[in-house]
Amino acid sequence: MSTILGIPPQALFGQLLLGLINGSFYALLSLGLAVIFGMLNVVNMAHGALYMVGAFVAWLLLTYLGINYWIALILSPIVVGAIGLVLERTMLRRLYKVDHLYGLLLTFGLALIFEGAFRHFYGVSGQPYPIPEMLRGGQNLGFMFLPNYRGWVVVASLVVCFGTWYAIERTRLGAYLRAATENPTLVQAFGINVPVMVSMTYAFGVALAGFAGVLAAPIYQVSPLMGSNLIIVVFAVVVIGGMGSILGAIVTGLSLGLLEGLTKVFYPEASNIVVFVIMAVVLMIKPAGLFGRER
Amino acid sequence: MRMLLLAGTALMALASTAATAQVSNNTVKIGVLNDRSGIYADLAGEGSAIAARMAAEEFGNKVAGAPIEIVVADHQNKADIAASKAREWVDAENVDVIADVPNSAAALAVQGITRDKKRIFLMSGPGATALTGAQCSPYGFQWAYDNYAMAAGTGRALMEQGKKSWYFVTADYAFGQSLEEETTKMVKQLGGTVAGSVRHPLGTADFSSFLLQAQASQAQVIGLANAGADATNAVKQAAEFGITQGGQSLAGLLLFITDIHALGLQAAQGLMFTEGFYWDLDDQTREWSKKFEAKAGKKPTMVQAGVYSAVRHYLKAVEAAGGDDPDKVAAKMRELPVQDMFAKNGKVAANGRMFHDMYLVRVKKPNESRGAWDYYEIVKTIPAEQAYLDPAKSGCPLVK
Repeated sequence: MSTILGIPPQALFGQLLLGLINGSFYALLSLGLAVIFGMLNVVNMAHGALYMVGAFVAWLLLTYLGINYWIALILSPIVVGAIGLVLERTMLRRLYKVDHLYGLLLTFGLALIFEGAFRHFYGVSGQPYPIPEMLRGGQNLGFMFLPNYRGWVVVASLVVCFGTWYAIERTRLGAYLRAATENPTLVQAFGINVPVMVSMTYAFGVALAGFAGVLAAPIYQVSPLMGSNLIIVVFAVVVIGGMGSILGAIVTGLSLGLLEGLTKVFYPEASNIVVFVIMAVVLMIKPAGLFGRER
Repeated sequence: MRMLLLAGTALMALASTAATAQVSNNTVKIGVLNDRSGIYADLAGEGSAIAARMAAEEFGNKVAGAPIEIVVADHQNKADIAASKAREWVDAENVDVIADVPNSAAALAVQGITRDKKRIFLMSGPGATALTGAQCSPYGFQWAYDNYAMAAGTGRALMEQGKKSWYFVTADYAFGQSLEEETTKMVKQLGGTVAGSVRHPLGTADFSSFLLQAQASQAQVIGLANAGADATNAVKQAAEFGITQGGQSLAGLLLFITDIHALGLQAAQGLMFTEGFYWDLDDQTREWSKKFEAKAGKKPTMVQAGVYSAVRHYLKAVEAAGGDDPDKVAAKMRELPVQDMFAKNGKVAANGRMFHDMYLVRVKKPNESRGAWDYYEIVKTIPAEQAYLDPAKSGCPLVK
């Protein structure tokens, strides 16, 4: 059998596909972070915790109310978005005029509180969440067995990612939003309610995290720790892509997933640090990130 | 009669003063050190502290005339934090005993400190065989299980079913490596082969790449040399990738009842592994576990039940030695049989390994389970001598 760099092609394609799947999670989460940072200038450390809350809301809906996955996929991001709205209105809003660092510390504290609370009530082992009936089983692609559910994850997150990119970069609402971040006073003068727009942006950003949480629930155990494991990698993705760059977040999310997949083939022990190595290299060459603008 | 009474009281008074005089600082202080917030918090955590308190309560919270005090701390699965906490406890807070310490890396660090400072170390959580092998200590006792027992139990059972080629998915730190090594030895000794292994970082969420490699190896058995959340995520994702439907068997080399509870029977059914304890073994275990559940809100794991048994045995040894002098207590612990709901006719070997029967279990199908926590079918009891490594072969310098 022929090999590519010592790896059978089947295995290589399989790993690349898996990398793409993980990458779509990274993309979805870093997209939300990038939207929030780009529009609000807040480094949202609570993003991972809200992703976890999204998964838990889906689990709670199923366990206590019997509400299925498909409805949870819509309901759970709404709940998480509402939580985000409350956080923005009551706390974050007070910090826009001061240094980024305050927002970072506040959201980090919030993340610890969320995780601590869920850990207290549900323990660390996690809760099972079944794969929805319709997406059980998988396809034999010849080079690997692809679970239907993972295929769905890629499709769903790509659609949401590019939908968001389109909304921000190509629609009138997106144009207002971008203008409001550059010059809020001027935009307000045109009769647009900037504070409401900012609140909605934060709510939308964290709703994306909640959506990713629901997508993740059937793959992983729904556990209070699931967000903190992921958030550091996602931050690295945002930094590599360029803080605040929407397209950067999507493209780097997907490509870093792929690179991580490759690392798992060639040197698995390094698979959880490869992203940071790349981050260090990128920051040395291009401090604003691959898609970032120098400010 | 009066003379006799008088003599009796005098004797008793003498005995009690003699005993209290020999308990250092007039308290027996037990430190339960484990993961209270991370991936092993459910299988040890506060439950282990509850178990230790239950043992102390059995003695009326007093031993050899001195009160028993229990303190707890979180080592966060970090060897350096475990070491500094252990040092602080011993040097500044007069802790006599350190108990539990899941995470082999943390336990190895604590073993060094308790050996140097002559404190009893009751290991229920860690699995590394080095703790009663090359790294053994006169004061260290490994109680609930070890990696050799896991490998011997599960490895042999699968080999007997004719599943002879193995591939490992291993947590890349002291515990996982030791578990892989022990199982590899066992498989080869019984005439099997090991196709390879892949090492993943501790606390990995996504196992798909590793499982895909294991699948591609076409080995008959995929051995999971990891624990806690790592093991549950791997089991769950193995089902997603159709690994067992594809004809390969999944062997969880270390699973706890809390993991099965977290996975649910739908995902966990059919898994076969080795356990040191099950709450539903007999009347004694049921009774104790019921008391535990009333306090902890869940059934005990073997680690938690092991903490109870080890602390109880330690307290008996203190009583028998008439004081908490570590050398005398350690000698008494080796001398006395271990007799409680956890270990029937257990005994402590020269290397500090507590020999007790182990159980090969199979996880029930959802329709076989009669209710909450009714998860295991006991396939067979593995006698202690078969379950554990012969101390003479352990490499422990204390065994002559």
